[in-house]
Amino acid sequence: MAHQRAGVVTAMGIVPTMTKADSLIRISGVDKRFANGTVALRDLSLDIGQRQFISFLGPSGCGKSTALRMIAGLTAPSTGSIEWSKESGAASKHVHDIGFVFQEPTLMPWATVFENVYLPLKLVGTSRKAAQPLVEEALEQVGLANFAAVYPRELSGGMKMRVSIARAMVTRPRVLLMDEPFAALDEMTRIKLNNDVLRLWSEHDLTVIFVTHSVWESVYLSNRIIVMAARPGRVVDDITISAPYPRDEEFRVSAEYAEYCKHVSKALRSTLDGNDVDH
Amino acid sequence: METMSTTESQKPRVVQAAVTGKGERLLRLALPLATMFAWLAAWEFYVWQQAVPPYILPAPSLILQTLVENFSSLESSLWFTLRLTLMALALAVLSGALIGTIFALSPLIELSFFPFAIMLQVTPIIAIAPLIMIYVDSTFAALLICAWIVAFFPMLSNTVIGLRSADHNLKALFRLYRATPWQTFRYLLAPSALPFFMAGLKIAGGLALIGAVVAEFVAGASGRDTGLASRILEASFRNEIPRMFSSLVLVSMCGMAIFMINIWLSKRLLGYWHESEIKSEG
Repeated sequence: MAHQRAGVVTAMGIVPTMTKADSLIRISGVDKRFANGTVALRDLSLDIGQRQFISFLGPSGCGKSTALRMIAGLTAPSTGSIEWSKESGAASKHVHDIGFVFQEPTLMPWATVFENVYLPLKLVGTSRKAAQPLVEEALEQVGLANFAAVYPRELSGGMKMRVSIARAMVTRPRVLLMDEPFAALDEMTRIKLNNDVLRLWSEHDLTVIFVTHSVWESVYLSNRIIVMAARPGRVVDDITISAPYPRDEEFRVSAEYAEYCKHVSKALRSTLDGNDVDH
Repeated sequence: METMSTTESQKPRVVQAAVTGKGERLLRLALPLATMFAWLAAWEFYVWQQAVPPYILPAPSLILQTLVENFSSLESSLWFTLRLTLMALALAVLSGALIGTIFALSPLIELSFFPFAIMLQVTPIIAIAPLIMIYVDSTFAALLICAWIVAFFPMLSNTVIGLRSADHNLKALFRLYRATPWQTFRYLLAPSALPFFMAGLKIAGGLALIGAVVAEFVAGASGRDTGLASRILEASFRNEIPRMFSSLVLVSMCGMAIFMINIWLSKRLLGYWHESEIKSEG
């Protein structure tokens, strides 16, 4: 296995780059093999720090979504471990610690926007009355305060995705996991939602783990990009984007942004070298 | 999916189901009624013009007259058939939903018992009915079993498919928030299954009536019961064609009533969210 540039990941184990107090999620030597023998991920080791905005960037089949689902606990690693920091008294991760946003809005079509956002609280037994201010606040944050009584089918694609984000934020999670959330949206809507997510991230004590195949999106959003390669899925680069926040449209057209994009594109390009590019 | 607006207004942008104007609603009612009336009038005219004898083809007016004159005696038969059909349907809905849920939640049980369900479905009811008549003492119970067998399968299979059709990501979301099995069933699987369940109900409603009538034909030869099918048989033995027709009209109306109740129910339960019940914007 190649030596990793940032020194975060090594084949042998974890070499933390952050102090222990900063680290929120520690992924150590994680492999994921599917039942059919496919190696989705090989030897993933990563420390994810608090308040990071980290993107997993790579071609399809590089295991970036699998990594996200393992962090969420939706699927178990074949080997290795994923540990959550023990700070703030919580012995292990709590249900409320995670918000997950899928590639599709994944809303319940039979329920109103309010009911959809209320769902995570309802499942842990929060009464409707107690949940109401939280749901309203979450909807407010995504600019859909007036849409509580509306059914999902009456919303545009971008608005549905905002409902999905509100649902993920309603439990006030420490970590927001996003699995290519804006891939299916048009450019204008995506730019707007990128800014929304950045705003949510800056206003809350939030760590965002963002899966994308877009270099431009990952550079705009993240302060750290994990570049991954496919067959088998593995980390090939760990790039820090140190451009300051808040980032806005000015950053999007800056030379600095273009430079970062070029750099990250090159890293991504290298993941394809040596592999047969089959499309 | 609707087109995306680049400026998302702050007011609910409710996509209206194509407005059913007063004129359109009137047309929806008037058109089939007019067609039906024209057809009856042509029938009436043909019988009158050709002087067709009533034992060959009775005119609609005669059928109606026979129906009115015999209504007091036909009425009990109507209720008998209707009760039989509705009870069979209720049984089919309950058993189909219950067993379908068990099947959907336990593939092993489904694997073991599904062949039985298919056997029930593919064996023509008219072939099983005589056996049931022999084994079951009460005629009503025997008829009920026959009608239930016919209506059961669509409820069963649609419930199973429906419960399995829940969105995978939503299921993952429920797992993420550690939903209990009951919560997952109540808030995710059951609503996902509802459109399939309603489709099953529409089929089962029609089949329950067919089962009730067919079973009664089989029992009618030996029977002393008073369903509409028996009245049709009875009238046929006596060559009372107008009475056959008037009983037939009542059977047909039973079927229509059940169908319309199902349509109404489906609209009530799915109208506000499911694509099948929502008109497109055109």
